[in-house]
Amino acid sequence: MSQTPMRDVDPDQMTVSDEIAIEIIRMNKWFGSFHVLRDIDLAVHRGERIVIAGPSGSGKSTLIRCINRLEEHQNGRIVVDGIELTSDIKNIDKVRSEVGMVFQHFNLFPHLTVLENCTLAPIWVRRTPRRQAEDVAMHFLEKVRIPEQAGKYPGQLSGGQQQRVAIARSLCMQPRIMLFDEPTSALDPEMIKEVLDTMIELAEDGMTMLCVTHEMGFAQAVANRVIFMDQGQIVEQNNPHDFFNNPRSERTRLFLSQILGH
Amino acid sequence: MSNPNHGPDAYLREEMLPEMPPPARETGMVKWLHENLFSGPVNAGLTVLGLLIVWFLFDHFYPWFAHSVWNASSLPECRKIIAETWGEGAGGACFAVIRERWNQYIYGFYPPGLYWRPTLVFGLLFVALAPILFSISRNIRRIVLMTAAIATLLSLVALNTPSIWLGVAVAIFAVALLVAERHQMWLLGFSAFYPLLGVWLIWGGSFWWIIMILAGMGFGWLAFIIAGRLSPLLAGSSAIVVTLLVWVFLSGDAAKDAENLYSLAITRVDSEAIGGFLLAITIGVAGITMSLPLGIVLALARRSDMFLVSSLAVIFIEFIRGVPLITLLFVAQLLLNYFLPPGTSFDIVLRVIIMVTLFAAAYMAEVIRGGLAALPAGQYEAADALGLDYWKAQRLIVLPQALKISIPGIVSTFIGMFKDTTLVAFVGLYEPLKNISDAVRANIEWKGIYWEPFIFVGAIFFIICFSMSRYSMYLERRLQRDNR
Repeated sequence: MSQTPMRDVDPDQMTVSDEIAIEIIRMNKWFGSFHVLRDIDLAVHRGERIVIAGPSGSGKSTLIRCINRLEEHQNGRIVVDGIELTSDIKNIDKVRSEVGMVFQHFNLFPHLTVLENCTLAPIWVRRTPRRQAEDVAMHFLEKVRIPEQAGKYPGQLSGGQQQRVAIARSLCMQPRIMLFDEPTSALDPEMIKEVLDTMIELAEDGMTMLCVTHEMGFAQAVANRVIFMDQGQIVEQNNPHDFFNNPRSERTRLFLSQILGH
Repeated sequence: MSNPNHGPDAYLREEMLPEMPPPARETGMVKWLHENLFSGPVNAGLTVLGLLIVWFLFDHFYPWFAHSVWNASSLPECRKIIAETWGEGAGGACFAVIRERWNQYIYGFYPPGLYWRPTLVFGLLFVALAPILFSISRNIRRIVLMTAAIATLLSLVALNTPSIWLGVAVAIFAVALLVAERHQMWLLGFSAFYPLLGVWLIWGGSFWWIIMILAGMGFGWLAFIIAGRLSPLLAGSSAIVVTLLVWVFLSGDAAKDAENLYSLAITRVDSEAIGGFLLAITIGVAGITMSLPLGIVLALARRSDMFLVSSLAVIFIEFIRGVPLITLLFVAQLLLNYFLPPGTSFDIVLRVIIMVTLFAAAYMAEVIRGGLAALPAGQYEAADALGLDYWKAQRLIVLPQALKISIPGIVSTFIGMFKDTTLVAFVGLYEPLKNISDAVRANIEWKGIYWEPFIFVGAIFFIICFSMSRYSMYLERRLQRDNR
């Protein structure tokens, strides 16, 4: 397993409901003539923690970026919280304010302080009064354990701190679904733990999460489902125990042996 | 164990080493001289050569400055004084021309009794700019406002300003200084009103015109509120339509009638009388303030996904950049009237300002486009992912960063544009460098004087441009957000 230490996970809080949060039906996407996502079918229930793994270029990032329409799919359907993603701008903005996203390179706004990063969207998208937005922001900054950095600029923080601010920034919109696009890939090993711990805490709070990550330890401890993608297709999905202990496809076995082999 | 990195023995550091000062050769004057001036035989030679050149230039020009004459009424008199004092054949500057004719270089042919009007406008410019340019630091804002207030009031007294206006000036500066301490954003109200006030004070005429223009905007605002209840799309367009309708059909007559009822007029001054640095600064300030927003809109339009919008922006930018400014000025002077409804006469200075603005905006658009392109795609994605719509993302995330990146380019464009105002010489306006100097030389007393006016005009241009450059460096430093 991956060597990154994490804190213990309390599985009792993490319950999956019958309600469907995200439904993707026969979705296809091309970059130019390159068929990057092929016939994706996926239903995500509320409260699920799904880890998406796969070699680079397999389309896993593109898949989760389709869910908040940072990428546009060409056919098939994506329904998020009952709202179908079409070219209708209103629906897109509605989905985006319900779905939080954390990026590999944090993408904090460098010209704003940590607190301003966190209050920007609540104030300008949700029209929350500034005072109230600041209270909410401080609440989530405490949750990710960096309230003392609220007045600093992102450039003054370490990578792990920046990523935790990015998580807090997303949480301030009080999303029902969180997407993580390789949240620890740009971090030093010493900082991966602090970010993973924050993500575990989120999972324990019952957040619906889709994570693209190479942290297989996290997948094993937190996920209720692991999806393996290759060449733009979902090759295998299973609960983490079976996924890691007896993968069914040859491609999955090869992938797992490569990333866990040493 | 003495050399821990060599050899296979295990090693464990018992205590961490303290920080120590660098060796003496690595600091101070000696190091600087060695590194920057005498780092090798070639560089030492170049240093000596450079010093020789500086000395040669100094030796050549210093006597000319040292022998300068400030008190004379004509060039021949100057020469006589120099010959008498420094001997036959000695060279010397005759800055007396500046002393005699400074007013023409500053105000052109503006009526001398009214010099206080443009002076007041110039002083108030700093009040209008303070909440925009110096919003970050209260100290600097205080210094700028204080200096502007004292210099302006002293000049106004020296220029025999009517006492009512002196009182108005004192009142405005006093209020501005007070407001700037606590509620500097209130000053933006003055900044918005300043262009109208400035135009009125420089060109004169009835104040009712200004009131009617404001009234048109007021009606537009009312329309915005009322139509806004029905649909937000209707609000903006009906506001513009109502404002234009009021201006075209009501403002003119209403202003005339009101003026007949109760006169609020000050002496009118024609555009032909406006010259010198008054003209250069008027065109420069108007062009700078209008070209920046226009440039931003053009840059955003050029990067737009909408084909029609982006191609219109490309055509506009490439056309304007592909044509010399002088061509545009000739168009302003000669052709523009053909496109306007017959009977409308359009002030030449206004026409020139429009052309200079369009010209600068095209360059500005490209500079800002560079800043927009330099922004990582992740910033756009993060803004999108948070649910910010296009305009909010541009206003809150993209433009603040893109404009900051573009500051050096933007200020270069400003400086270039300000210097280009001298090109209005070609459409017969009295800009300071050529036409005012020609006018001064047309007089028999100052026939043949070239260097001194050029140096004077150049020095003032340099002071203004250098200030802009220093301001941009200050702004860049203040906006620095990380220690990377």
